[in-house]
Amino acid sequence: MKPLVAAAAPIIPTFGGGAKAFACERANRLFCWNWFSENWSSILWPALRQHVVLCLIAIAFGLAISTALALAAYRHRWVERPVIVVTAILYTIPSLALFELLEPLPGFGLSRTTAEVALVSYTLLILFRNTLTGLREVPEDVRDAAAGMGMSPRQMLARVELPLALPAIIAGLRIATVTVIALATVASLIDDQGLGVPILTAISNDVFKTELISAGALAVLLALFADGLLVLVQRLLTPWARARIP
Amino acid sequence: MGTGADPMSNFTQAFKFIGRNGQIPGDPPFPTLVHLSLETLKVASLAMGISLLIAIPIGIWLGHIHRGSFIAINLGNLWRALPSLAVLAIGVAFLGIGLKNVLLALVVLAVPPIITNAYVAIDQVDAELVDAARGMGMTGWQILRRVELPLGVPLVMAGVRTAALFVVSTTTISALTGYSGSLGEIINDESSYHLYGVLGAAICIAALALLLEGLLAGVQRALTPRGLKATHAVSGSDALAPVVTEPSVEPAL
Amino acid sequence: MNRLHTARPEGPSAYPQAAELELRHVQKRYPGQREPAIPDLSLKVEAGEVCVLVGPSGSGKTTAMRLINRMIPLSGGDILLGGRSVLDRKPVELRREIGYVIQQIGLFPHLTVRENIATVPKLLGWDSQRTAARVTELLELIGMDPAEVGPRYPSQLSGGQRQRVGVARALAADPPLMLMDEPFGAIDPINRAHLQDEFLRLQARVRKTVVFVTHDIDEAIKMGDRIAILRQGGRLAQYATPAELLTDPIDEFVAEFVGRDRALKRLGLSTLADVKLLSLNGAEPSDNRVAVTATVRDALSAVLAAGGAPLTVVGGEGGDQVLGVVTLELLGGLLGDGGLPDPEATPETAPESSA
Repeated sequence: MKPLVAAAAPIIPTFGGGAKAFACERANRLFCWNWFSENWSSILWPALRQHVVLCLIAIAFGLAISTALALAAYRHRWVERPVIVVTAILYTIPSLALFELLEPLPGFGLSRTTAEVALVSYTLLILFRNTLTGLREVPEDVRDAAAGMGMSPRQMLARVELPLALPAIIAGLRIATVTVIALATVASLIDDQGLGVPILTAISNDVFKTELISAGALAVLLALFADGLLVLVQRLLTPWARARIP
Repeated sequence: MGTGADPMSNFTQAFKFIGRNGQIPGDPPFPTLVHLSLETLKVASLAMGISLLIAIPIGIWLGHIHRGSFIAINLGNLWRALPSLAVLAIGVAFLGIGLKNVLLALVVLAVPPIITNAYVAIDQVDAELVDAARGMGMTGWQILRRVELPLGVPLVMAGVRTAALFVVSTTTISALTGYSGSLGEIINDESSYHLYGVLGAAICIAALALLLEGLLAGVQRALTPRGLKATHAVSGSDALAPVVTEPSVEPAL
Repeated sequence: MNRLHTARPEGPSAYPQAAELELRHVQKRYPGQREPAIPDLSLKVEAGEVCVLVGPSGSGKTTAMRLINRMIPLSGGDILLGGRSVLDRKPVELRREIGYVIQQIGLFPHLTVRENIATVPKLLGWDSQRTAARVTELLELIGMDPAEVGPRYPSQLSGGQRQRVGVARALAADPPLMLMDEPFGAIDPINRAHLQDEFLRLQARVRKTVVFVTHDIDEAIKMGDRIAILRQGGRLAQYATPAELLTDPIDEFVAEFVGRDRALKRLGLSTLADVKLLSLNGAEPSDNRVAVTATVRDALSAVLAAGGAPLTVVGGEGGDQVLGVVTLELLGGLLGDGGLPDPEATPETAPESSA
């Protein structure tokens, strides 16, 4: 972990050039458009890309694991309790601590793995509970009719139960996604990737506001964008949920 | 510094570090773990206290008059997207390092989930019950106190618990922005404390959070009216992360 | 022996359109319960017949029905569909050959009406063209516009519409047997009557073997070719045609269950067309008229309303050709010896459907 200490004396970003340029940066005003556009492709855009990749991997694994667990709990009731206990503990442990606790384990260390494992841990509780609840809330008469028509359990799952559980699953996915995107800024302590990097750099530069706000805003915008995207996905996948009497 | 050493020995040394209350033999005295833990709790409690004072009345009132749903709900969604580190850093940028700015950032982060959950908790009390109460001649204030609040306890507490955990977590992160009054301080300073020290601090933080969660769960149980306890099997994790099919309310960390 | 029905054999089923159903000493026992839910039930449903299982709650009627498609495992005895035991194959395969309609219908909310109806054909692997044609045919059969209703979701339908779609869905793969568990129970009385009439019209055309469960004796009398009255404890009290049940209830329980007004109910099974009307004998036709298509029961009611005065029966082409007269005396004597023909037409003699 890189130790970070706010510098005692102001450090002015130097990018070469004369004294007149970078007046905005030197004054550390709220937002220097110039700096932003100059450093977009070298700092901000790569960080954003890395952030997206980091989060996508975490969400994908989180979804896969929690769905598998939820399906198991759906078939065998006893699975629910232990899973809830473990995922709740993981969820409760503050992110900083979880990152550190994972670090000394073999194969982890200051790497992508540690960051991903920690991020995935935060998604499990929400995704597991939502998926399980979604499955359980499939109406009893629908299940009876499906069985009575001759669907095998696997067919029922694929054609009836999972599709009907989608709204709840996607709701959980929205929450998990936004959470991960915000949390991943701290993950850069471990992995040196993502939007947390410019944030931490800015902090160590006597809190260079422009860089901080740029990266922070990008994270927020990314999260809102992802949330909106998932809402769209839900509308596409569940047209029946919004059907009104014509 | 890294994972060169065998992990088992790292963890053993971490526990020894804890046993020594955060001191390292041969090094000048560090702030003790107990002290740092208490400091962390102090900051978190102050932040929570202020946040509760602001957020609970607003959330409950809005829910009672059934107004402001747009704000209450979208506030919750927006809040979840805020990276806590950035918010802390912005606080430092404008107010400098210090307790005040950390508190400000923490309050900004704690208020939204409390408002959102409190709003939904009161707003969604069964309208028929409220109607029946009004029919019995209760005033608005009485309805709030005797019907809506007791029934809203689970969800209000869910918001409080979410915020509390989030505040503790963010307090430790504040060390990254230079505030030295929390356990995060140790994690930020690996060169002085070595990996096992950092691990020890991490274990303490985790333990603190779990204890706090357990405590708040107990508080919730105590506050939940008896009749409700029978019908709502609110398990520990249920209030921690109530299942929602519309992400307007929710806890997340 | 299989009493088969004329019908074009369709679908992948090994059966023709309707098959005979036999319950042989069927037993159902739940673990931990002293008394069996069904100790020993035997009955036979002819192909193309509607058998109504009726009884008070606790009589095991729904249990018996669910044993047939193995939604509940059999404890003892056997059930034969078209001569072949239902235990002979996998439950999943069996159920695809049996139409299943339950009270809350259980339409899939996430599928359109067309997709709902197409469920079993899809499970059976029909090609899409054949499936689509069948769905259209069924929608028309239940009186709905395929273009308008087909693409809708269940949430966009009324209760009565959902019920009809549920029936269509059960008919989709042209199964030899239909199981219906209080299918019209959740509908208001007016629409229920409509749905019942519609189902009877449908049944006259498709002639399926149907097992119909209800707790309502009037519905049983209206819908059933044969009625099996079950008493508490899952025992068969009487298995007979509605007319037989109404004229000769086997014991006090059945008489009570059928209703103290069974004589009137019996009269409701025939129309004036079955009655030998009195001639006018030159008298002026009175203003009190009743159509020849009215049930005897309704005619009796009209006579009473007229203070016991005789009624003129009209009918024919324009509906006002005078056909005869009925009096209170005439109607009152009908339930004596052979005054009324048996309203039950056995399947073979029923008018052939225009199939």
